[in-house]
Amino acid sequence: MLEIKNIWKTFNANTVNEKVALKGVSLTLNDGEFVTVIGGNGAGKSTLMNAVAGVYPVDRGSITINGADVTDLPEHKRAPYIGRVFQDPMMGTAASMQIEENLALAARRGQTRGLKAGITKMEREEYRELLKILDLGLEERMTSKVGLLSGGQRQALTLLMATLRKPKLLLLDEHTAALDPKTAAKVLDTTERIVQKDKLTTLMITHNMKDAIVHGDRLIMMYDGRVAIDVSGQEKKKLTVETLLEMFNKVSGSDEADDKLLLS
Amino acid sequence: MSGFLNALPGAVSQGLIWGIMAIGVYITYKILDIADLTVDGSLCTGGAVFVMLFTNGINLWAAMLAALLAGMLAGLVTGLLHTVCGIPAILSGILTQLALYSINMAIMGMKATVAININQEGVLDKLLVSLRFVQGSKGGFPFYRHPIFVVGIFTAGLIAVLYWFFGRELGAALRATGSNPNMARAQGINTDFCKVLGLMLSNGLVALCGALLCQYSSANEIKVGQGAIVIGLAAVIIGEVLLGKVFRNFALKLLSVSIGAILYYVVLQAVLQMGLDANYLKLLSAIVVAVFLTIPNWKGKYFGKSSRKEAAENA
Repeated sequence: MLEIKNIWKTFNANTVNEKVALKGVSLTLNDGEFVTVIGGNGAGKSTLMNAVAGVYPVDRGSITINGADVTDLPEHKRAPYIGRVFQDPMMGTAASMQIEENLALAARRGQTRGLKAGITKMEREEYRELLKILDLGLEERMTSKVGLLSGGQRQALTLLMATLRKPKLLLLDEHTAALDPKTAAKVLDTTERIVQKDKLTTLMITHNMKDAIVHGDRLIMMYDGRVAIDVSGQEKKKLTVETLLEMFNKVSGSDEADDKLLLS
Repeated sequence: MSGFLNALPGAVSQGLIWGIMAIGVYITYKILDIADLTVDGSLCTGGAVFVMLFTNGINLWAAMLAALLAGMLAGLVTGLLHTVCGIPAILSGILTQLALYSINMAIMGMKATVAININQEGVLDKLLVSLRFVQGSKGGFPFYRHPIFVVGIFTAGLIAVLYWFFGRELGAALRATGSNPNMARAQGINTDFCKVLGLMLSNGLVALCGALLCQYSSANEIKVGQGAIVIGLAAVIIGEVLLGKVFRNFALKLLSVSIGAILYYVVLQAVLQMGLDANYLKLLSAIVVAVFLTIPNWKGKYFGKSSRKEAAENA
């Protein structure tokens, strides 16, 4: 479904701030695979995700989604394939627009937007039903501005928007990191349900090692711009935080690393 | 006082006409979140294109359409400078505005003023609006020729069209672009295209206003657009501060912009009646806009402070 081949990305090239964020990352996701991504700050997790989403072009390598080479496509042209939820709850929704308008925008992801109605009566009914799944009472506030919602509500809504039209690939960039633990657990739970229901190919970055182990059927750890660990199947099921740390120390060759990873 | 009352219909008429430009400013400033300074130039462009075509015998509506298109072209240039060339929006607008000064002069045959001779037989009848019509029945003109009536209907039609458009898929994409470009791109919206389209739409309306102003005053001057952005912003902000709480519907928000423009001209008229030298008007306009832009910020700031203090006291 997703095929990343040897991608490189350098920021601030030829300056003192030069940072090689991705050093030849290759990764293939099978159809319906749910992959969790962990790694310390600066390991390249978010850069990888943004490179896939097309936020910026990569220096080298290729990215293929569902057989289509998207390496040179701008962000908005990759949107037909990709549903995204960002770390910042403010990023995924338009605050000055209504809940139902946001959903209607998401329902047209990847379609040509012309002079047809921005939202139809039928859609409203459909959205009302969908919002009930979130169990946040948003179905009663469909014409409220999204700016009035809490961070958790906005993230849940963004998740619904990202999956409203079944995406070929779902990208979740630490989408629960900015939420309080209780809300985070709820949003993660909703994520799990939606991903399972639609069998979505998913790439989820998380800072929480436990979440990374519990969720998904494959786990990768990034270190210094590379994929350092790639575990799936039975091996993943048996993982514990301790064994994961051990594996990581072997890869990075240092004990300091686990502090960095745990604290980050 | 009676002098002010006599001048009132003229002030309202002028405010209504400028309101059309203000609605254009609303599209960029409020919907797209871009402060577009092109308008100072494109307003005159609209008038210039109109006056040259009209005085050369072209049909009034065709001349107005041409003015609209010329304004859209100006918006296109600003939009391309911003999106394709990557120049900050505000600077792109300034560049286009500056270039338009030369272009406007060229359109008007290198003359600073081109007049419409309304004393020539039949010319006045053809015009959509004119200062002359403000006299109404006293001047022998029927009420349906009065600028307040004509421009009022014009504005209502315009608001209806815009209300319709911004409820469409494309219009919603434009609003999303202004509200959150990251989200818009993630939903597959070409934000660059939307910005360019919005700038074209806005400057088209501004130029249309220029064409109406030119008819109203029977002439187009090169200076007509000087400070237009400030008048537009004033109208948008006055409308929002005074009516924002009551007018929530999008069509009503556009209406409040038009009302804001009218109030602006009425206040201006009142100040002039009080004997202020007209040369101080620009200073006055700038102060009005600065004050109205400050109010919401300070409100938020001090309200925020007091609520934080309360929270601290309660803790």
